[in-house]
Amino acid sequence: MSAVTTSHPRVGRSGAPRSGSPRSRAIREPLVSRTSAMLIMAVFTVYFLLPLWWLLVASSKSTGDILTTNPLWFADMRLFSNIGDLFAYRDGIFLRWLGNSLLYAGLGGAVATLLAAMAGYALAKYRFPGREIIFDVVLGGVLVPATALALPLFLIFSQVQLTNTFWAVFLPSLVSPFGVYLARIFAASSVPDELLEASRLDGAGEIRTFFTVSLRLMSPALVTMFLFQFVAIWNNFFLPLIMLRSEELFPVVFGLYGWNNQLNQIPELRGLVLIGALLSVIPLIVIFLLLQRFWRNGLGTGALK
Amino acid sequence: MKTRILTATAGVALSALLLAGCAGGGSSDSAGSGAAADCAPSDGPVTLEFTSWIPGIEKVVDMWNSANPDIQVKVQTGPNGNNGTYQNFFNQIAAGNAPDLGQIEYDALPNFLVQDGVENIAGCADVMAAKDQFVGWAWNQATLGQDNAVYGIPQDIGPMALFYRKDLFEKNGIAIPTTWDEYTEAAKKVRALGGYITNFSQSDINQFAGFVWQAGGQWFGNDSDGWTVSLTDPASTKVADYWQSLIDQDLVSTYPAWTDEWNNAYNSSKVWTWNSAVWGANSISSGAPDTAGGWAVADLPQWKAGDAVSGNWGGSSIAVLKGSTHAYEATKFALWLNTSQEALTALNEEANIYPATTEGLKLPSLAKGVDFYGGQKIYDVFAKAATEVTPDFTWGPTMTKTYADVSDGFKAAVSGSGTLADALQKGQDATIGALESQSIPVKK
Repeated sequence: MSAVTTSHPRVGRSGAPRSGSPRSRAIREPLVSRTSAMLIMAVFTVYFLLPLWWLLVASSKSTGDILTTNPLWFADMRLFSNIGDLFAYRDGIFLRWLGNSLLYAGLGGAVATLLAAMAGYALAKYRFPGREIIFDVVLGGVLVPATALALPLFLIFSQVQLTNTFWAVFLPSLVSPFGVYLARIFAASSVPDELLEASRLDGAGEIRTFFTVSLRLMSPALVTMFLFQFVAIWNNFFLPLIMLRSEELFPVVFGLYGWNNQLNQIPELRGLVLIGALLSVIPLIVIFLLLQRFWRNGLGTGALK
Repeated sequence: MKTRILTATAGVALSALLLAGCAGGGSSDSAGSGAAADCAPSDGPVTLEFTSWIPGIEKVVDMWNSANPDIQVKVQTGPNGNNGTYQNFFNQIAAGNAPDLGQIEYDALPNFLVQDGVENIAGCADVMAAKDQFVGWAWNQATLGQDNAVYGIPQDIGPMALFYRKDLFEKNGIAIPTTWDEYTEAAKKVRALGGYITNFSQSDINQFAGFVWQAGGQWFGNDSDGWTVSLTDPASTKVADYWQSLIDQDLVSTYPAWTDEWNNAYNSSKVWTWNSAVWGANSISSGAPDTAGGWAVADLPQWKAGDAVSGNWGGSSIAVLKGSTHAYEATKFALWLNTSQEALTALNEEANIYPATTEGLKLPSLAKGVDFYGGQKIYDVFAKAATEVTPDFTWGPTMTKTYADVSDGFKAAVSGSGTLADALQKGQDATIGALESQSIPVKK
């Protein structure tokens, strides 16, 4: 049929794809390709969800049942008593870890987002000597894996005696080179220079303009950056491993790793590790579902540029 | 675009340099014969840092803290040694903020010695005097075969014995094997009944080392001229050939150890015995809960009928790490932790630690019958085994690497390419290479 509609399916203002008539669609996507696409997606969905399902099922079992009953179906339902055991174990250290993770990832992600937004905005909207070099150096930072920096960071933090403190994990989490990159791209495309001119003419200072005008225009990108950073900090394992020695400072991922390590000696931990793992993915799922829409928008905008 | 690549490369190169700088700091080129630490008591109260991965150990430390206001011990924790804590120790030693005391397994101690990571505490008060309280060979694990040197206070040991399914053996009229030859015969009968007598673990080179230890093998040696490596000595080859023949005849299963599959094989009565250390008692009861009451423990099968020789699998020491300014107080605490009956009892009850002292082997908590083993007083068997371990097995400085290399070969052998003896030969060559690449002198 019409070549124009087939090659450019447009996205309407409402966000829903503008669909053609059923007949034209049938021609566009023959049954075979549609079915095979669905099949592939179904396989992948199962592939990705199966471990989660297994985790949910295993978390609901007693330690004995985990090994002896069907791994993919429920036995004795003990989910809530397992959760109770977990929260009671060692005076509720798990809750402490969960709180630590929320603090490291939540506060760290928020501050990192703000810093990256400021840097990216400045790089996009102000012309100053060395601008490109600074941006390139920051981009170079994207290429250096955080793991490679953990050891040098440990030695630096040792110099100022900040190892094994909250700051040892928090401060390095505030840096997000990829966030700066995203913020620059997004600021360039979504904050019109004319608007900045107007606000300057109206007498607003640069800082006020940034916080009241630009930051709001950039909010979809901010959500994306926050999500990226939140997930990165939440899953960061190597830095706490190298920096932290006191159990009460551990984030949940690292704490669970320690327990998992002890399974040979303290087998009853097996159940706690499983239920702990289940609870520790819930915040990630919640935050993803809540911010999903912004996330897609932000990513898309970055990609267009 | 060009500038971007350049700066990016520069960034990577810079971090590589930083890393290289760190790595260089900790190594040392000597075979390790650190002079004894200065062990003078400090003036005034002291706070010690103690890193251990044993959960529940802080309760034991609290007992010390309330009795010793002038020497307070702060517990720090982390993952098991090889899973991160050892690397952390080396990082901390390089940065100058290592804890005063650290938990180090026997097989890792030589690595700390050659990298100059532990203090020689032989000169500290009461250390040499404490020697006789420990099981003899356990003490040797901490002296690394040197005179006038002590690199840690032994904490726990893992004497080996034979865990077996008493119920199945009795029901089928199979005698409990007392020699390895009888073990093979029993294996054939078990196989005929559809089971496997045991599982050969491709990844637990430690278990294999325990067998070699029992057979009188000696993988490493260390004197002033350097290290000797002999993974292929006659005893090791004998053990390798023995297990190879069991594998060839399909008399043992080969599940990867510590997996669900492995647990299941025991839980479903498919595998009948396990030659393991004292701490294995808990692994079975948790991994194979359905078999409760059917198990019992006997001496490890012997190479020669009538002998009474055992091996060891696992165990660790508490070492004073390099850079500690409180070696005197640290040693005092470590001795209390590992010799006093109150601490050993608490360690055993809180964390299943099996003590390394002769008195500790008689703890009341170890004298009870265990229900999972049909009420047998299983720790009596291990207490006896503890005194029968060959006295002078020495570990090498690169065990992580050696384990990995041998394990690769074992996995290949199990899947049919090469033999266990080949794997030992490969491990031998790779270990010598690893030592030489760290400039550790090797005698050939």
